[in-house]
Amino acid sequence: MTAFIIKRLLSAIPTLLILIIFSFLLMHSAPGGPFSSDRPLPPEVLANIEAKYHLDDPLPLQIWNYVVGVVTQFDFGPSFQYKDRTVNEIIGQGFPVTLTYGTISFVVAVVFGCALGMMAALKQNTWLDYLAVGISIGAQVLPNFVMAPILVLIFTLWLGWLPGGGWNGGAWPYLIMPVIALSTSFMASIARIMRSSLLEVMHSNFIRTARAKGLPSRDILFQHALKPAMLPVISYLGPTFVIMITGSVVIDLYFTTGGIGQAFVNSALNRDYSVMMGITILVGCLTIFFNLIVDILYAWIDPKIKL
Amino acid sequence: MISIRTLTSTTILGLMLSAPTLAADTHPVTNEELAEEQVFVYRVGDEFASIDPQLAEDVQGGEFIRDLFEGLMNQDADGNLVPGVATHFEANADNTVYTFHLRDNAKWSDGKPVTAADFEYSWKRLADPATASPYSWFAEEMGIVNIKEVMAGDVDPSELGVKALDDLTLEVRLENSMGHFPLMTTSEPTFPSPRWAVEAHGDDWTKPENIVSNGAYILTERVPQERSVRERNPLYWDNQNTILERVEALVISDDNAALTRYLADELDRTEVPTGQFNALSEKHPEEAVSFPRLCAYYYFINMTDNTHPALLDPRVREALYLAIDRDVITNAILQGGEFPAYSFTPEATANFVSPANPAKDMTQAERDERAAALLAEAGFDGSEIELDLLYNTSESHKKIAIIVSQMWKQKLGVETVLQNMEWKTFLEARSNQEFDIGRAGWCGPYNLASSFLDLMSSTHAYNDAGFANAEVDQLLDEAKVSADPSANFTRIEEILTTEYPIIPIYHYAGVYMMDDTLRNWPVNNVEQKWYSRELYFAAE
Repeated sequence: MTAFIIKRLLSAIPTLLILIIFSFLLMHSAPGGPFSSDRPLPPEVLANIEAKYHLDDPLPLQIWNYVVGVVTQFDFGPSFQYKDRTVNEIIGQGFPVTLTYGTISFVVAVVFGCALGMMAALKQNTWLDYLAVGISIGAQVLPNFVMAPILVLIFTLWLGWLPGGGWNGGAWPYLIMPVIALSTSFMASIARIMRSSLLEVMHSNFIRTARAKGLPSRDILFQHALKPAMLPVISYLGPTFVIMITGSVVIDLYFTTGGIGQAFVNSALNRDYSVMMGITILVGCLTIFFNLIVDILYAWIDPKIKL
Repeated sequence: MISIRTLTSTTILGLMLSAPTLAADTHPVTNEELAEEQVFVYRVGDEFASIDPQLAEDVQGGEFIRDLFEGLMNQDADGNLVPGVATHFEANADNTVYTFHLRDNAKWSDGKPVTAADFEYSWKRLADPATASPYSWFAEEMGIVNIKEVMAGDVDPSELGVKALDDLTLEVRLENSMGHFPLMTTSEPTFPSPRWAVEAHGDDWTKPENIVSNGAYILTERVPQERSVRERNPLYWDNQNTILERVEALVISDDNAALTRYLADELDRTEVPTGQFNALSEKHPEEAVSFPRLCAYYYFINMTDNTHPALLDPRVREALYLAIDRDVITNAILQGGEFPAYSFTPEATANFVSPANPAKDMTQAERDERAAALLAEAGFDGSEIELDLLYNTSESHKKIAIIVSQMWKQKLGVETVLQNMEWKTFLEARSNQEFDIGRAGWCGPYNLASSFLDLMSSTHAYNDAGFANAEVDQLLDEAKVSADPSANFTRIEEILTTEYPIIPIYHYAGVYMMDDTLRNWPVNNVEQKWYSRELYFAAE
């Protein structure tokens, strides 16, 4: 187990390096640059600015200096767009925001998604099943960019109960709508995966055996059926968690939460190379880390899997 | 000799005389009852990139800088020059040397006096290649002695033609005569920066914990991508006449989200999304406002070798110009009180006399008829012409491009291929002349026709369309040194409507939803230079 974890962590290093080099090249191949603007800068000014940010160095040297800076000093460089902010500051400010509402949304999505899925599977072909499936389809077809304006219309404009946006340090009235808007479609997916996976398990031979043995249904569900039924859900949850805590552009944009999703999109549009790289690396690291967690969970749940 | 002292408006005088009564709840001039809470919350579409006066380049940054800092001169509600840190100035006979006299009671927020040396430092900082300011082109336009050499790094910044003669006197020497130079001192890049704070904190000096500023407000809170707060500065020399206590800017990217939050009373001002002005002004007549802006929306025609050959014929360009029904665009698509444009320079520009333009007085049917005739005269069959129309991603650019392409198709038979590109890609394609016709918008950096017509110079950085006309270049050069260049500008507009290098479509309007108790918004200031210290809320 320990050897497995160490091996996986070591293999993350070349993965991240490839990610950095690939993103760097892709980013620089996009037309325009951080300082191309509506009114083109006089060549001497542009030269000054590019020299200041070392954009006039050859690309391999830029990548090398970047990697050295990140590894030795954990320095992701200054933002090209925001003159008084570094990438570390931008991530340091935006990531906790996204992490907060992302984690809460994740918990909400998992709890309600699993509950709906289980209810539907256990009461298959009854009105409860239809209700659960109905809710999850409804939640699925309402993407968050439709959900967000509808929520604001209802809770802010009509009822006047909740603020229409902002973050305010994460005070709870500011959290409710982002959490609902972000969690619903994930909840729906979890419910559907849970339902089909649990149905399959419930119809398998070992459950039939348990039934025949006369075990109470509650024990069958919680002791025997749930664990194997969770496997597909868990493999879905790993990457989903990363998506939820890093990339909710729509939520950031619509509710002005100041999270990292919007910073990422803005950096791409503004060609703010250093911010784009910083967030890419962050997302890369998180993805690698949570995939590892998922693998460990797998081994814990399924005795057939040996790490 | 010009003295600004005589321009001091009676309003300001009135404010000063009645200052002691300000503690009461009425406005000192209008005697209007004031609202108890004087907090202005407005929406910005995007986070400012910087509020360092010498580095800032976006509109939202400029709005902050005008509150946090104060330059030599300010603008009043109509855009006229009024004293700022300088009480008055004089110029020599040929307008090449300006001397500004600073007030002795102006202070920085840390208590230090504001001196001429602060301006000298800041202007040199603007030009210094080490600052690498994206706005240093503005310095170039100021025409200060040695500015080009300093910017290119050939001459040390200390050689720049600006000098503090003593604590309260600043002398500026210009390469050429420039009558409108004082107007430029109302622009943010010329505002002072505190040398000691810049040197102590480097790029971080503009953070709330480090910033030292000399304006009516100080920056007290900044949550990037969410909100920034400025509060009144008790050390500002005219603080007694400031009424608004606190100004909050909320970053809301989406126009419609911002409107919803305005309607839910979370904001006091927001932009009206395209096409919704009529409906909103019917429902909220007191709150929906529209007024002229100093901005033009236009298409420019590629006149380099890399273009459609038909576009090299001025008759074809004129036909395209005529066939656009601008009333449909302003009345049916934009619906925000925008003005159909037949000339590049907006009519609202100061001292601008637009030339006689027969096309403007025709009916659209007459224009269409003439357009078809011109195309035939040039020997082209419209259906053989296919043009690439380049624009950057935006709902309203798209709507306009679609309707214009339909008009050209129906009236002239000309086919148009719409090329929608993301901003930076668009800029790249534009500068490489990979288009036949491109979209552009331009706001004049100051209220003079030259701030538009300079773009028509063959050497202007924004001239990606390759338009070069010796007479225009000469008229522009003359205008720079002329005491009254308005005839030159009229003539240039005349040339533009014989050569048609661009197709003006409309002139912008400022279209806002604004709280009906907010007073003194300078709707007549076409540059929209507003200062929070002039605003207040009346009691309901």
